[in-house]
Amino acid sequence: MNRRWLFLLPVLAFAGIAVFLGIGLTHDPSKLPSALLDKPVPRFELPGLDGADLDGEGLSSADLADGEPVLVNIFASWCVPCRVEHPYINALAEEGIRVVGINYKDKPEDARAWLAGLGNPYTLIGSDRDGRAGIEWGVYGVPETFVIDGSGTIRYKHVGPVQERDLRNAIRPVLEEIGR
Amino acid sequence: MIAELGHLALVLAFVLALVQASLPMIGASRRDPFLMSTGSTAAIGQFVFISLAFAALIHGYVVSDFSIENVFLNSHSTKPLLYKISGAWGNHEGSLVLWVLILALFGAAVAVFGRNLPAPFKARTLAVQGIIGLGFLAFMLLTSNPFIRLDPAPLDGRGLNPILQDPGLAMHPPMLYLGYVGFSTTFSFAMAALIEGRVDATWARWARPWTLAAWISLTFGIALGSWWAYYELGWGGWWFWDPVENASFMPWLAGTALLHSAIVVEKRETLKSWTILLAILTFSLSLLGTFLVRSGVLTSVHAFATDPERGVFILALLVVAIGGSLALYSWRAPSMQGGGLFAPISRESALLLNNLLLATATATVLLGTLYPLFLDALAGPKISVGPPFFNATFVPLMVPLLVAVPIGSMLAWKRGDLRGVVARLSAAGLAAVLVAVLCSLYIDWTGTAAALGFALAAWLVAGSLNDLAFRIGLFRIGFARSLERLAGLPGSAWGVIVAHAGLGILVAGITASSAGQSERILTMKAGDETDIAGYTVRFEGVTNADGPNYEARRGTFVASLDGEVVARLHSEKRFFPVEGRPTTEAGIDTTLWRDLYFVLGDEAGPGLFTVRLYHNPLVIWIWGGTVIMGLGGFCSLVDRRFRIGVPRMAQSHAVAAGARA
Repeated sequence: MNRRWLFLLPVLAFAGIAVFLGIGLTHDPSKLPSALLDKPVPRFELPGLDGADLDGEGLSSADLADGEPVLVNIFASWCVPCRVEHPYINALAEEGIRVVGINYKDKPEDARAWLAGLGNPYTLIGSDRDGRAGIEWGVYGVPETFVIDGSGTIRYKHVGPVQERDLRNAIRPVLEEIGR
Repeated sequence: MIAELGHLALVLAFVLALVQASLPMIGASRRDPFLMSTGSTAAIGQFVFISLAFAALIHGYVVSDFSIENVFLNSHSTKPLLYKISGAWGNHEGSLVLWVLILALFGAAVAVFGRNLPAPFKARTLAVQGIIGLGFLAFMLLTSNPFIRLDPAPLDGRGLNPILQDPGLAMHPPMLYLGYVGFSTTFSFAMAALIEGRVDATWARWARPWTLAAWISLTFGIALGSWWAYYELGWGGWWFWDPVENASFMPWLAGTALLHSAIVVEKRETLKSWTILLAILTFSLSLLGTFLVRSGVLTSVHAFATDPERGVFILALLVVAIGGSLALYSWRAPSMQGGGLFAPISRESALLLNNLLLATATATVLLGTLYPLFLDALAGPKISVGPPFFNATFVPLMVPLLVAVPIGSMLAWKRGDLRGVVARLSAAGLAAVLVAVLCSLYIDWTGTAAALGFALAAWLVAGSLNDLAFRIGLFRIGFARSLERLAGLPGSAWGVIVAHAGLGILVAGITASSAGQSERILTMKAGDETDIAGYTVRFEGVTNADGPNYEARRGTFVASLDGEVVARLHSEKRFFPVEGRPTTEAGIDTTLWRDLYFVLGDEAGPGLFTVRLYHNPLVIWIWGGTVIMGLGGFCSLVDRRFRIGVPRMAQSHAVAAGARA
């Protein structure tokens, strides 16, 4: 009788593994926790993208703590997924949500041409040519989107292109929660 | 039109898989010869239709038909033809088509070459194979159809990840899949045996060539993948314990254990239920490997698309396949009768030790691979388990295994004479000690661990030669008779000798390249000189070297030894504008004794470049040893005594001879 139990071990062990695999599937692999979550935005100061009809104004940490919620979108003209998410960012800006951009490791002329072609949703753009500010922000891959509340605290981080589903399930609820 | 035909062919293959999964199984239990024979017909038909679908997909890639979404997403009109073709399986949907193609290939091979199998057993084997095909074809048709059209058709494609545009990687997935999927045949044999409740020496004989063929393919597939990672990723390493690498390594470890335990079943009719369990586990780990790569439950450096919805489907497939087979095992295996008894010192015990150590190693790799998943599910931090864990757990398991290899293969069945074997291996032991001493004296980077590694390598190679010398009676009988014996040595004996010697060469390569690697990271401008491992390296600056679908900067290095130029190396940094991705092409100079491996990094200032220089001793031995191991398997595969159908042919010859007389 004892021997029979021994033969049940493999199937029981596999059942255990299957449960964990199942739980693993419910976790979104792109949802990496940010060490900066619920912390103030890192200190940074970036020059602007000349000629992106923003008068060449740059972006700094002070711009993100002026009492109004804001989305920080990290983008680059060389990044294919950025092209995919861009219409959603444009739509958010049209609704009146304030969006600022950090142009990551990009040439300003390429970025300007890219925005001229696809539309510019950003009220301010900082040009992070050497990726130094990206390190401060803990950028894992482009695109990334951060939700910042009025006090300049990071409330949510999204890795990868923003899709309809992400807006509905995560970004909009967070925006509503922080008063928008 | 051709794409639609391809889709239709997949649907027809699904229908045939349905037939193959059901009718032969019913036929086998009713002993109905006609129903049983439908298995072979359906298996061959399924192979024909999946081949058609595969050809349709390849056609779409070759003519760059961007109205097919899969081609649009993964190809581009300017891509070289070879990579257009390999792009067909460089993505999720296409790689699944390749997967089921190989599955159907093995099913058809069993149908054609399995003529000597008893009809009910063959029918059941093919039915199990059909069930697996059914699951994967359903998965493809429902969630991952490669033939979806786009309207309007885009003008050009989105390209293929440039890191995957490489001849090594074009061949890597087909080899790997031949291995993964090849184990499905052994799995089906095991399932059929469980259903019939009978496992004996003939079963092991039938399963043997299929297991060997899968094992050889997987060995070559892993070697190709590791070689690709070495020269393409530009990190100077060749194995990273990455989840996807582990996914292919676990079935290999389990398959190696299976190969050895099946010998015990064949020769001594014992360890039966353990062998069946290994057959199930080996294929289960192959399926798990597919799951880990496809579902995105583990994030890794590999560039395939991740998609949770597909993951749910694959998980359901896994639960049915692995859970179902293990449940059948727990029900039927206890009634299997063990065969001959054996003493603690015997070939059987040695093979059992091999199995225990390999199984523990497999479990260790599995634990390390899934641990981040367990932790994540328990709401712990997201972590990844890296090389330190695997080096600390895997290496100590391998040392006793490697020590035991030459002894085990010389022990007698039933009851061995350990003292006699050790005495016979004294030459190999002497060689090991000598190598360890010489290495510690003359190679300055050799510590205790490296000396032990080299000693083990020498022990394995010399042990194999020692085994060969003993088998042919060298120095004991006349030289001419030894030569005669050498010529008459069976393939399976050659297989053991060659594979174990290859393992020794692999161990030497791993030891040298891990313990003896020199690395220098610095910034250089044209004309700068530096040195690494005794070589003087001069950086000659950077030129433009654009290719058909990329822009590139090429750095040139000249390496010299004692004032004499030994190599001019070109290292490139390529940028693929369509995909917007850079790749690194390391400049590598390979000799039997060392690799020089130079990588050009980013521009750190005007004309100033970050460069990484590596000196990797004996690194080519890693792949050389692996290939030799695979060739050992091949020697064993072509052994005439095990060739499929031989017993039957011999019988019919005997009948013919009898008729003539």
